[in-house]
Amino acid sequence: MPGNELLTMRGICKYFPGVKALQNVDFTLKSGEIHALVGENGAGKSTLIKVLTGVYPLDAGEIFMCGKQIEPHSPLDAQRENISTVYQEINLCPNLSVAENIFIGREPRKMRMIDWKTINKKAKELLNDLNLDIDVTKTLDSFPVAVQQMVAIARAIDIEAKVLILDEPTSSLDEVETQHLFTVVRKLKGKGLGIIFVTHFINQIYELCDRITILRNGELVGTYNTEELPRVQLISKMIGKELGDIQSVSKNEDVKSKEVYMTANNITSYGCINNFNLDIYKGEVLGFAGLLGSGRTETAEILFGINKPDKGSLSIEGKPVKFSDPSDAVNHKIAFCPEDRKTQGIIGDLSVRENIILAMQAKNGIWSHIPLKEQERIADEYIKLLQIKVSSKDQLIKNLSGGNQQKVIIARWLATNPYLLILDEPTRGIDIGTKAEIQKMIIELAKEKDMSVIFISSEIDEMIRTCTRLAVLRDREKVGELVGKDINSDEIMKTIAGGVDQ
Amino acid sequence: MTTLKKITSHHLFLPIFALFLLLLFNAFFTPGFFMIKFQNGQLYGRVIDILNRSSILIVLSLGMTLVIGTGGIDISQGSVIAISGAICCYLIGGSGSGEANVPMFIACIAAIAACAILGAWNGFLVSKLKIQPMVATLILLTAGRGIAMLITKGQNITVYYKPFTYIGNTIPGNILPTTIFIATAMIILLVITLKKTSIGMFVQSVGINSTASHYTGIKVNKIIFMVYVFSGICAGIAGLMESSMIAAADPNNAGLNMELDAILSVALGGTLLSGGKFYLGGSVIGAITIQTMTTTLYAVGVSSEQLPVYKAIVVIFICLLQSESFKALFSRIPENLKKSKLTEDKKVVMKV
Amino acid sequence: MSFKKIWERIVDSKYFSFGVTIVLFGILYAIGILNFKGFSKSQVFFNLFIDNAALIIATVGITFVLLIGGIDISIGSVVALTCMVSAQLMENTKLDAGIVTILVLIMGLAFGFIQGFLITKFNMQPFIVTLAGQFFARGLTCVISTDTINITNETYNAIASARIYLLPKGFISAGVLIAILTLIISTIVLRYTKFGRNIYALGGNEQSALLMGLPTGKTKIAAYTVCGFCSSLAGVVYSLIMLSGYPLHAVGMEMDAISSSVIGGTLLSGGVAFLPGTLFGVLIQGVIQTFITFNGRLSAWWTRIVIASLLCLFIVMQSLITKNRKRINSNN
Repeated sequence: MPGNELLTMRGICKYFPGVKALQNVDFTLKSGEIHALVGENGAGKSTLIKVLTGVYPLDAGEIFMCGKQIEPHSPLDAQRENISTVYQEINLCPNLSVAENIFIGREPRKMRMIDWKTINKKAKELLNDLNLDIDVTKTLDSFPVAVQQMVAIARAIDIEAKVLILDEPTSSLDEVETQHLFTVVRKLKGKGLGIIFVTHFINQIYELCDRITILRNGELVGTYNTEELPRVQLISKMIGKELGDIQSVSKNEDVKSKEVYMTANNITSYGCINNFNLDIYKGEVLGFAGLLGSGRTETAEILFGINKPDKGSLSIEGKPVKFSDPSDAVNHKIAFCPEDRKTQGIIGDLSVRENIILAMQAKNGIWSHIPLKEQERIADEYIKLLQIKVSSKDQLIKNLSGGNQQKVIIARWLATNPYLLILDEPTRGIDIGTKAEIQKMIIELAKEKDMSVIFISSEIDEMIRTCTRLAVLRDREKVGELVGKDINSDEIMKTIAGGVDQ
Repeated sequence: MTTLKKITSHHLFLPIFALFLLLLFNAFFTPGFFMIKFQNGQLYGRVIDILNRSSILIVLSLGMTLVIGTGGIDISQGSVIAISGAICCYLIGGSGSGEANVPMFIACIAAIAACAILGAWNGFLVSKLKIQPMVATLILLTAGRGIAMLITKGQNITVYYKPFTYIGNTIPGNILPTTIFIATAMIILLVITLKKTSIGMFVQSVGINSTASHYTGIKVNKIIFMVYVFSGICAGIAGLMESSMIAAADPNNAGLNMELDAILSVALGGTLLSGGKFYLGGSVIGAITIQTMTTTLYAVGVSSEQLPVYKAIVVIFICLLQSESFKALFSRIPENLKKSKLTEDKKVVMKV
Repeated sequence: MSFKKIWERIVDSKYFSFGVTIVLFGILYAIGILNFKGFSKSQVFFNLFIDNAALIIATVGITFVLLIGGIDISIGSVVALTCMVSAQLMENTKLDAGIVTILVLIMGLAFGFIQGFLITKFNMQPFIVTLAGQFFARGLTCVISTDTINITNETYNAIASARIYLLPKGFISAGVLIAILTLIISTIVLRYTKFGRNIYALGGNEQSALLMGLPTGKTKIAAYTVCGFCSSLAGVVYSLIMLSGYPLHAVGMEMDAISSSVIGGTLLSGGVAFLPGTLFGVLIQGVIQTFITFNGRLSAWWTRIVIASLLCLFIVMQSLITKNRKRINSNN
């Protein structure tokens, strides 16, 4: 059970040019507790973590570790104070061996030379503790992401940590791997570590955490015991308003036309998806449900021509098509908002206007340039339509918030007047208000413009709210389709877990 | 105050300011610097001379700017210059009678076409085989002069055919050197192309985020391929100008280290070497500035061998001025260096 | 299918690139022996080392920099500057050869340090900074003298002409000893010291290295400093061969060093290199030169063309290896 106060942060302030990232935030962590740090994007979670680990210097406030004031100036300083961190994006070196990734910076040495034997032996033991049996001398990049994440955790816990920070560790793990991770985390808690758990997943908070600290707009909302804070209250405290208009839009329950727009025949791409058959109807919102790694993103990428299938074929309105490049798909009126906004979506140093017209221009080709006046008109139209918050349409997109960036990407595709719009996790990491707007927009697009929408999301609630039909994927295969009343969380879970067709 | 800040933070401020300083220096210390004489139907003077010599560099830097815009680099330009000159001079021939074996026009086109093919080779390596630009063009940098030697059979070819010298000098009856016209024509052509097509936006888009560009339906490979071909063509034209100036093909020395000057012009013009936003005007002014500096240093008695020392100091100075951490050091904003190393990271958090 | 898998495994192996380099060297050497009389003499082999001792050291230096994903194109100029300063000091100030050598080594060290400092502290592009370094060093060489200065120092000449017999009829020079020593020490440093591993980590992912608490800034500066030191050491060895200072010494040596390193298996994106492999990269260049010397009719520029072709071959091979690894990964 939680013991003494291990870490205390008092009156923490951090400013960036034009932004008050943290204002007078207090935070305490006891030994032997798992403490959830939650808040919408921009609430200041990451900044608080980065201040604590010495990535950013403090502007005001004090940090105490076991009663002693500390002032970490770098991650190394923080490590020396026994604070270690596992970041959301894997921060290891792909070219080094697994064992070395665990021990680099504090390698055991013999006669001032690195003792590779001990390193490999210890790494093996450490990973066996986490139920991971792999060749630790192979380079990290020969393993999948989930394994890399476990290696990162192995590294963090081996640094004699007293405080372990897990910054969204589960975002790239599937259910089994997540449970595995939780077992490990509970074990560490039992050893008396204080664990800060940053996450977006509400379920995981209630499953794992003892206390919850909520941040909003860089300010502290409060710290609560988990059992004393109902979920609804947690959410309303996070967004600062009551849930309301989210459910107001009703989805298009029965799709009128039964006209097929696109068909996938027996699509197989080794290591991505096997024998995938699907008809996509006009005017429907079709969800791809399934866990991460089930092949949902990979399938979408094949439909958009990013990857070529090894077997099988695609056809649009009955005519066979072959995509060798996304531009081919764009020419067939298909649009795709990718999962990773930062690296696959935005062109950071271009303006909002340029980002909006980019796909349209790419479709038109190099030589038929859209005149500036026309560009501005289109940009204005979509900024208004999607209520994108910008100071001007010539603002650089990288300076927008995540939600507004996402809207710009959607605007980019709507400007091409697509017949099929594929949205891969369009609401990930954006605030609940914008989330609701995007869901509403998806429903309306299908309903009013007769557009086919493929919607991929990890949040089942969101899928239930928006989709008229669900294709369920498991282990790189389509295992079922759900329509109408079958679209409820029980049925979806059952299908994902294995049932229906088998 | 804010207007001053606006002016100083404009991307053209630095190259123009540097050029201005150089000109100011010359106005006081180089007698007759701005004097232009009209003689034998031609204009003569230091300023004309600078423009003449910087024309080659301008042409090169136009190609380099686009390549750097896509996040690439082309270090083979100098070698391609040597090949261009070698092909042209070989075709025209070094016959003492002063006649051309192959019509000059065809020889020039052949040389430029060959350079376009060399550019296409670079483009193929970078876009199709995904080899880092520096490495891909290193191959041609290494082999280029050898190839030029093969063409000229290991000798310098001196061309006695008179019209060939017109490219790098003055066509009788004109008052200005032909090089200036060529460079101007290239600039105008490129600016119109960029205005009337989307190449510019696509180049920037690819340079900023090539994955996202690909996912947007931009044919990234095609764009990358094109800029290298263009860079090859630019080097080819520059090669003709250079060999025409000395009326000879000199595989060993033609265009030696020119690619470095071109890169320097681009950097001086405010384009980041990491790609993205590019500034053609900046590169042109950058090229003129570099040539002005060279001429100025000669004028104050620095020998050509020692010139690089000063060039080096200027390069470092310019880069320091562009460096955010250096600015932070002097603007007394309580920002330490550690933070600026993490700018990438900071952006993420600020956005969130 | 299974053959394909075995092949994929082989290609994925850590030492595949190293293996290819050695096999290639073997083939080239065999071709030499079959075609030219006298190629099989042991001294021909040792001459590869004697002629390329300076390049071996320079390649070791640049490999440090390439490992962190950087580049240093000032090497050739620093070699020239080192030769010139040595010659000038020995001939015109009559300083002791030992002191002169120590001085020029410190000079190279400082040169590398300054470049590394500028690149690291001010976030400047390595290409531009070392380009400036190249201009500066070459220019300075010319400032000292535009003519050749011959080194007549007796100790220096004695060391230069010393023959160390390894076989009854095969000897190496002092320069080769220095080169091999540099190679061995550097290999150990890269494999068995914290500094060495930090360099690999930095090249793998700089952001990660920073967050793992590694001293990235210091490591970066140190890598450039090592490269600067190696350049001046290569300069010393070069001056032992040339016994003179001359502004056009070692023009383009940095490019030779980079290509040797790449042929030896270094990835220019950083994080991957194996020093013994780079030695063979140098030796392959040496064999090609020896071919041309033995042939007598081919011109010297063929060396450049052949090296460029090899460079091309290896670079394409590297890109295929990377693709292969990605495919194996996605199949897992």
